[in-house]
Amino acid sequence: MDLIKRSEWVWRETLNVHLLAPETRLASSLSSIEIFVALYYGGVLKINPKNPYSDNRDRCIISKGHGSICMYPILADLGYFPKEELKKVCQPGSFLGGIPDPIIPGYETINGSLGHGLGVASGMAFGIARKGASQDVFVLAGDGELHEGANWEAIMFASQHCLDNLNLIIDNNKISMLGFTNEIIGHGDLTKRLGSFGWKCWEVDGHDVLAVCEALHEMKKERNGTPKVLIANTIKGRGIPGLENQPLSHIINPKPDLLNQLISPRLISPRLKL
Amino acid sequence: MSNIKAMRDAFLENVWKAMHNDREIFFLTADFGSPVLDKIRSQFPDRFVNVGIAEQNLINVSAGLALEGYKVFAYAIAPFITMRCYEQIRVNLALLSTVRKMNVNLIGVGAGYSYVVSGPTHQCYEDLTIMRAMPNFQILSPADHVTAGEMFNLCLDSIGPKYLRLDAQQLTPIYNNKAPNLKSGFEILKIGLDGYIVATGYMVHTALKVSEMLEEKSLSIGVVDMFNLTNYDEENLSKVFKECGYIFSLEEGFSGCGGLDALLFNFLSKNQLKANFHNIGVEGRYSFELGTREILHEKTGVGPKIVFSQILAFLSSANI
Repeated sequence: MDLIKRSEWVWRETLNVHLLAPETRLASSLSSIEIFVALYYGGVLKINPKNPYSDNRDRCIISKGHGSICMYPILADLGYFPKEELKKVCQPGSFLGGIPDPIIPGYETINGSLGHGLGVASGMAFGIARKGASQDVFVLAGDGELHEGANWEAIMFASQHCLDNLNLIIDNNKISMLGFTNEIIGHGDLTKRLGSFGWKCWEVDGHDVLAVCEALHEMKKERNGTPKVLIANTIKGRGIPGLENQPLSHIINPKPDLLNQLISPRLISPRLKL
Repeated sequence: MSNIKAMRDAFLENVWKAMHNDREIFFLTADFGSPVLDKIRSQFPDRFVNVGIAEQNLINVSAGLALEGYKVFAYAIAPFITMRCYEQIRVNLALLSTVRKMNVNLIGVGAGYSYVVSGPTHQCYEDLTIMRAMPNFQILSPADHVTAGEMFNLCLDSIGPKYLRLDAQQLTPIYNNKAPNLKSGFEILKIGLDGYIVATGYMVHTALKVSEMLEEKSLSIGVVDMFNLTNYDEENLSKVFKECGYIFSLEEGFSGCGGLDALLFNFLSKNQLKANFHNIGVEGRYSFELGTREILHEKTGVGPKIVFSQILAFLSSANI
């Protein structure tokens, strides 16, 4: 399956998960689909699903945990856990919760509270570098999440210590829970801002999975003494009428009938028409 | 008797020694120093980092390093390394360590009023309460540098998150170079026939003074040094309490807010011990008043004279 079709498949599977467990955050999980597909299916991450903590893996820290429900079908597909588990999301006894926790094979850290991933990832990248090892650390954070000050402590730390094995991806969907990020605390030009902190920046259409994949490979290859960031411009709630770019999409649950209609195989994918 | 010495110097000296052979030890500071730290910084630059005045990141980077297999020591002023970054501690150390193997040791300097003239921002009367709120955090509170130094090996060898509460001042050693048995979690420093003061940290010194003052009144109140507030020999502590009528908790932290007093209260309740219990700690109010530690202690309810009076009044009302 190519990356575009794979993204389509993950999108449908994410809707299926949400239909079974409406407590999951759908809109923020739809903006990051192509990012995860590029990371996990595009040959970017070195992973070992049978031994999730093997030393030679690349580390992937999903800081915007709530917005990674799309990882459930991906991890199951890759063999981190049996696919039957996907039917139990949010049910008593399941390890797949409304917000992913590190009891899920494939998740490295705690992701429920925002603004923690980048700092922990910086510590991992620092430790890996000091050991003289070569693995990369990837972190996915949201643009709204960047309001948390701890991120900026980590941004300064990574730059000071030349952590060129650290790769941050910002899912720049421009909406947090109660509205547009720019109307709450605007980031201005994120590329310029992060560049001024000593990070090398890439910017890409976050729904062009091939472009995301190419940028991530390029980032991974580059080891020039600076931490790296990919700003992936995305659409929150992508592919769902009424949810796309809706400032309150975080807390709006689309009707099950609509979702069922959208994932019906008889229809031409609405996403491909976008 | 060994000379007076700061707890941190004894502890850091042992960190420095161990770093020669153990390449897994990593030391982090949030821009806070000590003479011994200079040796660590210059001799082990690859396993030392000053993260700057950034305690949230101190904790997060510590967590990341621990996940990579390092035995981590993070060092800062006590109120800052506990309260400034409490959610980082909760999420990335307490919670995460329940599913990932991590050895992170938070070394907080400045217990109670030990930064005497720096005011309440640098003083620390809430840390025992908030650190006790996390069920898997080990809390160590030595009363002298001998105990603090010995605690290094415990920190190195036991997995999981730990908080070491150190006094900032140089104190006269209590243990005369022979450290207490850390496994028991407490030490009976003086036998009491009428009861015990159970104290922690600097307050152990105060407890010993008060005990002497009470002795002059023909009251035999012993002293227990509670240096581990989470792991202690419950059976032996029960035995001590069963044989005495009166127990006084004494801590350099707010009284009645969940610190040592709550620990003992819960302990008595859990073990169905019927001792008369009275808790003594810092009076529940903030103050910007300047004074020596002795003056501040007397004003806030934990100086030897006022503790003596409180205990005497309690025993009188109980008709002992």
